[in-house]
Amino acid sequence: MLKDTTAIVGIGQTSFGKGLEDSELSLACQAVSMALDDCGIAPSEVDGMASFTMEPNREVDVARNVGLGDITWFSQVGYGGGAGCGVVTQAAMAVATGQAEVVVAWRARKRASKASRPWANVAQRLEDNSQFSRPWGLLRPVDEIAILMRRYMHEYGATRDHLANVALAFRKHANRNPNATMYERTLSREEYMNGRWISEPLCLFDNCLETDGALAVVVVSAERAKDLPQAPAFIHAGAQGIPPQHNTMTNYFNDDPLMGPSWAAAKQLWKYSDFGPDDVKVAQLYDAFSPLIPLSLEGYGFCGRGEGADFTDDGALEWPNGRLPTNTAGGGMSEAYVHGFNLVLEGVRQIRGTSTSQVDGADVSLVTSGEGVPTSALLLRK
Amino acid sequence: MTDFLLPVDDDELTQPFWEGCARGELLMQRFTASGHYCWPPRPMDPVSRTLDYEWVPVSGKGTVWSVAIPHPPLLPAYSEVAPYNVVIVQLDEDPNLRMVGNVVESADAPLNGVEPHEVEIGQTVQAVFSPVGDMFLPRWVRV
Repeated sequence: MLKDTTAIVGIGQTSFGKGLEDSELSLACQAVSMALDDCGIAPSEVDGMASFTMEPNREVDVARNVGLGDITWFSQVGYGGGAGCGVVTQAAMAVATGQAEVVVAWRARKRASKASRPWANVAQRLEDNSQFSRPWGLLRPVDEIAILMRRYMHEYGATRDHLANVALAFRKHANRNPNATMYERTLSREEYMNGRWISEPLCLFDNCLETDGALAVVVVSAERAKDLPQAPAFIHAGAQGIPPQHNTMTNYFNDDPLMGPSWAAAKQLWKYSDFGPDDVKVAQLYDAFSPLIPLSLEGYGFCGRGEGADFTDDGALEWPNGRLPTNTAGGGMSEAYVHGFNLVLEGVRQIRGTSTSQVDGADVSLVTSGEGVPTSALLLRK
Repeated sequence: MTDFLLPVDDDELTQPFWEGCARGELLMQRFTASGHYCWPPRPMDPVSRTLDYEWVPVSGKGTVWSVAIPHPPLLPAYSEVAPYNVVIVQLDEDPNLRMVGNVVESADAPLNGVEPHEVEIGQTVQAVFSPVGDMFLPRWVRV
């Protein structure tokens, strides 16, 4: 079993911005290098590498630049923003099974890069699954989630005020995090309500940022972690999830489209955990779009079916007094959108006690990756 | 030609469907062994794990299951007509048969011919077949 046998011991991140001068390769190498310095492990000791299938930088290029040793294990996880926690989970599996001793996992991204906006680079004739949605103008991920959210609102009485709860909570956290893109930009409910439409019922502020940047983590065995300078964030549980008849973002063709991949990942996550949702003091929930928060709250068992929107009322997601302070660095909507990998690092900082919105007694910290696509989650502990 | 996106029209799996649309007929893939409908179409029936299917005509009647209203930035052809409605229609034959489409005034009417906020969940609709480029896409009129 994976439980507590490995830990995240090093984290590294570049600055976030738009139009950063450094190349994606340079950003990736900087983040990996900083993560190794953070835990005091020499590059020559790294023997495992993990990232996203959408990561633009190849293992060989990162390894040559950072000066890594013999790489004996490498792996990539698919499905874009659903991958992040799966990448770290697979790194932990590699260490736990002895396939590698020191694994670096990373994600680097520039918004101007072609791969960042796949919807804008489509051929005129669609061959893949998108041929059943895009010809009718359901073009972008935001359109695909907007149409699902409209149904959710219809079934459960959720409103734009609930989505504003999400956007405002994460913005408040970003306003406390000097590294966040939106550190100096506050957001009021009135501004949210007047935000320009992107895909009704979703407005600008329901969307994540577009960010240049890179982040990396280092995973080693729990044994090794004890000798390193930083407090380890032990990987208590990790899970991936694809439910039956799932069809990624256009998941409209099964019994219950509002029951997303979170449910499958959550089942696996809690099955091998000593903890349950009530034990989680702080969460980093993947937020490419605000509707993913109520859907994830339901999937991971923080509330019942259809109760995710109401859960966000009364400042429930807000530091310091909310029921479940969520996306405490600002998340994808207000810190940075690097395919959710920044959520992993904030989950680690909460365990270390170094978040800018540090939750008291945060001994169990949940991180999730993209709901609405094949997904993954991590449960970290002190 | 059109600047709207179109499906491939020469895929063995989907070709009969698009040929049906060109004739003004809405067809659904139904597996022979189980009688199970599938949309989007696929090679194997997940119920019976068999490969034999036929394309059978369905009523073309359905209900709006959800609706979104995209605004720019979009691909240029779509930006020109935005905001427009995109719907998911649940077919009468089987609640799991849901198709992405648009509600329009008629087969030949523009994508933005219907005021998008007038399209609502629960409205009953009927398939029509709109010429787009060299193909016909199923769209929906309210009944």
